[in-house]
Amino acid sequence: MMMEQSPLALLPELSLLAGAVATLLAGSFLPRQRQWVARLIAVAALLAAAVSAALAFPSHQNGHFGGGDAETVFGAFVLDTATAVTRLVVVAAVLLVIGLGVDELAGTARESETYTLLLLGGLGAIVLAATDDLLVLAVGFLLASIPVYALVGMVRTPGAAEAALKTYLLGALSGILLLLGATVLSGIAGGTAYVDLAAGLALAPAAAVAVGALAVLAGLLFEAGGVPLHQWVPDATQGAGTAAAAFLTTVPKIGALVAAARLVDVLPGSLPWPLLVGLLAAATMTLANLAALAQTDARRLLGWSTVSQVGYLLMPVAVVADTSAAVPALLVYLAGYAVTNLTAFAVLAAVPGARSLTDFRGLARQRPGLAAALVISLLSLVGTPPTAVFLGKLTVFTAAWDGDLAWLVVVAAVNTLVSLFYYLRWLVEAFRPGEPAPTAGWARAAAVAGALGVLAVGLGAGLVTALVGEGTLG
Amino acid sequence: MLSSIIFLPLVAAAVLAVPRVPDRVARWTWIAVTAAEVLLVGVLIARYETPADGGLAFEERARWIPSVNSSWHVGVDGLSVPLLALTAVVFCACAVYGLREDRRPRQHAALFLALQATCMGLFAAQDLIVFFVFFDLSIVGMYAAIAGWGHGRDAGRSALQFFLYTFLGSLALLLGFIGLYLAADPHTFDIPELVAAAPLQDHPVAGGFVLAALLLGLAVKTPTIPFHTWLPPAHTDASAIGSAVLAAVLLKMGTYGFVRIAMPAMPDAWRGAAWVVLGVGIASVLYGALVALAQTDVKRMIAYTSINHMGYVVLAVGAAGLLGGGTAARELAVTGAVTQMVSHGLITGALFLLAGVLHDRTGSYAMRDYGGLARSAPVWSGLFAVGAFASLGIPAFSGFIAEFQVFAGSIGTTAWAAIALPGILITAALFLRALQLLVTGLPGGRSIGFTDVRAVEAVPVTGLLLLSLAIGVLPWLLLDLITPASAVLVDLVGR
Repeated sequence: MMMEQSPLALLPELSLLAGAVATLLAGSFLPRQRQWVARLIAVAALLAAAVSAALAFPSHQNGHFGGGDAETVFGAFVLDTATAVTRLVVVAAVLLVIGLGVDELAGTARESETYTLLLLGGLGAIVLAATDDLLVLAVGFLLASIPVYALVGMVRTPGAAEAALKTYLLGALSGILLLLGATVLSGIAGGTAYVDLAAGLALAPAAAVAVGALAVLAGLLFEAGGVPLHQWVPDATQGAGTAAAAFLTTVPKIGALVAAARLVDVLPGSLPWPLLVGLLAAATMTLANLAALAQTDARRLLGWSTVSQVGYLLMPVAVVADTSAAVPALLVYLAGYAVTNLTAFAVLAAVPGARSLTDFRGLARQRPGLAAALVISLLSLVGTPPTAVFLGKLTVFTAAWDGDLAWLVVVAAVNTLVSLFYYLRWLVEAFRPGEPAPTAGWARAAAVAGALGVLAVGLGAGLVTALVGEGTLG
Repeated sequence: MLSSIIFLPLVAAAVLAVPRVPDRVARWTWIAVTAAEVLLVGVLIARYETPADGGLAFEERARWIPSVNSSWHVGVDGLSVPLLALTAVVFCACAVYGLREDRRPRQHAALFLALQATCMGLFAAQDLIVFFVFFDLSIVGMYAAIAGWGHGRDAGRSALQFFLYTFLGSLALLLGFIGLYLAADPHTFDIPELVAAAPLQDHPVAGGFVLAALLLGLAVKTPTIPFHTWLPPAHTDASAIGSAVLAAVLLKMGTYGFVRIAMPAMPDAWRGAAWVVLGVGIASVLYGALVALAQTDVKRMIAYTSINHMGYVVLAVGAAGLLGGGTAARELAVTGAVTQMVSHGLITGALFLLAGVLHDRTGSYAMRDYGGLARSAPVWSGLFAVGAFASLGIPAFSGFIAEFQVFAGSIGTTAWAAIALPGILITAALFLRALQLLVTGLPGGRSIGFTDVRAVEAVPVTGLLLLSLAIGVLPWLLLDLITPASAVLVDLVGR
């Protein structure tokens, strides 16, 4: 494993950090009506991060976890394909969040603070995804979750306050669990780096490994919004502002799921981890789909929908050690899910007055472009070709089957069918006649851009899969 | 050539969907594009020469998802050319009939053009993912057609039922495809490569599961009993054009999947399941006919005869998997199956358009509401009578050619296939009864003041029926295309 100590290798992360600080400072000195300068600073920082991440994209294909030749910076930050893809997806996602949130945030009292939190949360997600050390994982967890608490509570409504409290309490509990697990694992393995874990846990007592690993996974499941630590997701999605909801249902998941894959990959074979994670995946998708069936509030429906998507995303995590198809599948699904989910939220942001599904009546007549974006994003969430999530589902199903979890693939297929119910309910309302609420311009543009992105990922499947490569995590 | 045939309607659909062109322009653009498609497919058939080695003609291949060995691979052979032609003809007929559509005609035209692209693409697909993409998109398109332009009170509900049911089928199909992909070494989604490799040949258990998934997916779409329950409500609540397209083209996707994917790629498993398929085919034939006989609603009756007619196809492909009989008999059965797909598409398409005229005039499909239409609407009655006789398999029409071959081939393979013969008799009875209720007698009920078919309604129906007549009189036109391909298929199944 090559070691590099050059801070320049972390240019994307440094851009985000510097951008966050600059945005906060600029926002503090700018009058309310000129906060757009802070927004520009945040966008510039994101673009800088995107460019540096793209330039640093590994040109060679890395080996599989641990055995590869990926570079590691400061002994804890892996620069492999997974990190590179995560960086790009997170940065693009935050850009899209800002795009869809401009109408909602512009001129509000906490505009620049929101951008700062978005940048820091994005940075936290990247740290989570890139690290191969339990201590840095704990730091990444805090960096990814604390901005989320603040973002949820940013709007001053009773619902937001309740959601923020719920998120915070559950997050604090998960954080403690994660630290506890990290302590146990490092105690029995004799080190916090994943290389040490792989070596040290192989001969350790299975019960101790189980306790430690499950506790760490619990922290990551909270971050991703997976069963059994998912309860905050629907509340936060419904209670928070639209931009915050879009962010918290997308970006933390990316970091947490890649982190979970890195961890599961080094766990020893003394316990059936594929089966355990597979059961978590099945429980997550099934519970969330059943809960989503009854929802009438569009935001809450999307909240449950994102939980169910975590179920599908846990499938490649379960088989990460068993098949080389798992990591590419996870990355493809994450990228497809991010753009799709944000498109759906952009539609929500574009119709700020609409809360329940029936409020979307008349959308197709009044705003056909927006309705088309809604159709594309929801059909993509179902997994209809040729959209982004279809590509994700195809690769994820294949990987899970290849990893001998064919039963999980059947469960996922049945769940996909169930999910069609509630996505269609929303679509049908959009095509019914009615008086639609006024729409917002920036978010509309974001929705259309997102919808084009969904189609581009699906149709440009060859390019996307080539980007994530054969590979892998460092 | 093939790609442009597939994408022309899609481009036209996009052009109609985005700018607000006047309705008149939209209607005529639709007709022009479908006519161009008929022309293009005509050129394709004229230039088609049966590939020597059982390969493909007009093959095109482009990189798509190389990491999973999936490519944009299209090509045609004797199994797909007839269905491409059928699709082009049926959609063209529907475009003409659609001149009278006054509910959002621009979007209507765009939707059906997009639907046509998915059908064309499916019948040309030589890659499982491409096949699946079009299979799924056709479901979405048909859902929109039923939910948006259906005229039943429960159109939304029927559309949802259709979507859920066929989506279940498509997911099962996807699982089967993934199973085939993983079994092949190297992994591939390419149909000719899978057919050549027959990857699950020596894995009876895995092969059984994968074939079961494929059969479930295709049986829902066909539909065979016991997966047919979505069909009658979907037809009842769809518009005339929607029904015609659904019955004439979309149902063929299921049976086409048998001959394109399930049979040649999994010969071993197919032979193992042949008796089950045969049994399901026989049951579909008899059950479909009996339930159709009990209908009082003319559109539901035609819908159930579809189950009966598709049952013949299933019966024949099942018989093709039984090695007991001679090769010639099995080839005859497969040829009959493909002929039946085309024949059913032409005749049932025409019948659904005619049923649509009833609804357009009076809002009712109930046969008891009519009577004596021969007097008040002689042209409609004549066309319906021709369609009914063609459908019940009278010689000189395509149905006879198809069913004759299906039975000659199937019974030549196994005598048990003869159990399905009463299906023909029952179908004859139910069509004669329908004719008697609707056409004969003195005009009464809603027949009084019934306006006869207009030109835009009569022309497409007549066209479809004339084609059926042409196949009935000059069957070699079609059979020369199909026969070499069925010989190749029977050969593959016998591996």
